[in-house]
Amino acid sequence: MTVLFTCTGSTMATNGTKNGSTRPARGAAPRVTSTATKPAAKAATKVAPRATVKAAAKPAPKAAVRPAPRVTSKPSANGRSNGAHASGAKGSVRGTTATWTVKAGLAQMLKGGVIMDVVTAEQAEIAQEAGAVAVMALERVPADIRAAGGVARMSHVKKIKEIQAAVSIPVMAKARIGHFVEAQILEALGVDYIDESEVLTPADDVYHIDKNAFAVPYVCGCRNLGEALRRISEGAAMIRTKGEAGTGDIVEAVRHMRSLWSEIRRVQGMRDDELWTTAKDLQVSIDLLREVKRLGKLPVVNFSAGGVATPADAALMMQLGAEGVFVGSGIFKSAEDVTDKKRKLDQQRRMATAIVKAVTHFNDPKMLAAVSEEIPEEAMRGRSTATMPREELLAHRGS
Amino acid sequence: MPRASRTAVAATPAHADVRIGVLALQGDFAEHLVALQVLGVEAVEVRTLEQLRGVDGLIIPGGESTTIARLLIAFDLLEPLRDLISKGLPVWGTCAGAILLAKHVPNLDRPPLAVMDITVERNAFGRQVDSFEADLDIAGIEGEPVRAVFIRAPIIRRAGRGVQVLAALEDGTIVAAREGRLLATSFHPELTDDRRMHGLFVQMVADATARARRGARQ
Repeated sequence: MTVLFTCTGSTMATNGTKNGSTRPARGAAPRVTSTATKPAAKAATKVAPRATVKAAAKPAPKAAVRPAPRVTSKPSANGRSNGAHASGAKGSVRGTTATWTVKAGLAQMLKGGVIMDVVTAEQAEIAQEAGAVAVMALERVPADIRAAGGVARMSHVKKIKEIQAAVSIPVMAKARIGHFVEAQILEALGVDYIDESEVLTPADDVYHIDKNAFAVPYVCGCRNLGEALRRISEGAAMIRTKGEAGTGDIVEAVRHMRSLWSEIRRVQGMRDDELWTTAKDLQVSIDLLREVKRLGKLPVVNFSAGGVATPADAALMMQLGAEGVFVGSGIFKSAEDVTDKKRKLDQQRRMATAIVKAVTHFNDPKMLAAVSEEIPEEAMRGRSTATMPREELLAHRGS
Repeated sequence: MPRASRTAVAATPAHADVRIGVLALQGDFAEHLVALQVLGVEAVEVRTLEQLRGVDGLIIPGGESTTIARLLIAFDLLEPLRDLISKGLPVWGTCAGAILLAKHVPNLDRPPLAVMDITVERNAFGRQVDSFEADLDIAGIEGEPVRAVFIRAPIIRRAGRGVQVLAALEDGTIVAAREGRLLATSFHPELTDDRRMHGLFVQMVADATARARRGARQ
């Protein structure tokens, strides 16, 4: 079975899903600021998306496996995500920042790309040079987090700043699940996306961060449709299936991607009364579930993460329906036995480049064969998840 | 099952014989394809030289300009594309695409296509938290202003003598320009449901194609 990622609707489609998702802020209510640099009245009246797509895209009979979604416009009633954000003083005459469209929109721009975990500015440069669409800053790559044990936290601020200074592509960074102060710090640093990540040690075993309250967009992990939609209702503007980070074993990534899509396909076949019960089972809003039924996909961009170690792994996840991939330990834990530093970096660079190419041509076996020839002989050694005790697994964190 | 690379719909008579490609190396090419289909234009993904040679016009989508530039080089598409542009292929670059078209891009370590006489500054508004939406009046587009989405957007710092400025922000920052058959926008019309900007490009392609065919007959 091949799930093609077909022409999906514009991000406008996602606006409807945000209806009614505003909730009272919890705990130490993160600040929601509002300053419109434009004449206030004009900006305020213009934030809601106008008009609808007049005609639905009709794919040619054999062109696509899923029908292109009809994009209807619901008024974007989510006051918060359309609220203006106090941005830095740069530029004076602009529009409205931090809208849902610009948050989810950056993820749209990353599609068909590879986001690479990096620890240092040097690795970030290698990633950019190899064609990564973004880098994820973290203290250690997941394989090292596993090896080191202890508590894994947000990366050091100095490291993040060095990485930001080193590259022009977007810089993402991980915060612990529920640690909204780490997130506030990352937002203050101007990272482009925050990953509220199960790879770090959770800071809160009950609540996730109220992501709607931030101007910076979030990406979150999921194992299935319920987790994905709960994160989206909390404000995640991008989803990644979790996989099992730091193992180099693709089996969990495959399991999660297959679960997600099979549930989406099931939802597509549901009657309205069935949708109600499913919404209750999944603990998600009926509006969000209806949106999934209508679109035939998640209302935000979905990448694959956790276990990609080769170009073939990356292409596998793309063919299973990922819109792009995160690669963590797969690059900078390859060529581990190479002692010469220059040679090691060169091999890691080759692996990174090959994975980028494989994601572009994920459906072209000849191209994949050519790309796979370019990689170093020693991929990440990895560790089979089947033999790991449950307490070492990360994916069940933050459901 | 091989991926279908052509996603055509029944074309309206006006654009019946125009085929527009969307560079599909990376980025939001799917949104451009939908927009073209809504207009009834035959739209195809372009990843290979063969696909590139089969189109009457090309859209370079939003995405990461460094990534797209590297992939153009890696798959040996950069020179052929520049060659086709010099022979009159109409091209529209949105955001990352505009960066690739520009002759001058401060701090870009790899030479992009360098075909359009504009200076484009990357990430000119700042980081993602500074991304924004605004209403824009665009020359050649009638009616209500266009809702423009700027995501880590570049700006057109300078437009050369032969370049027509199509739109600017209230402070005068140029965000849309045209030079002959080349169109550059620093925002993303493909992210909204307003298809007028795509309509404008389709018309450019239709005009260029008609002219080329008239020339071939003579």
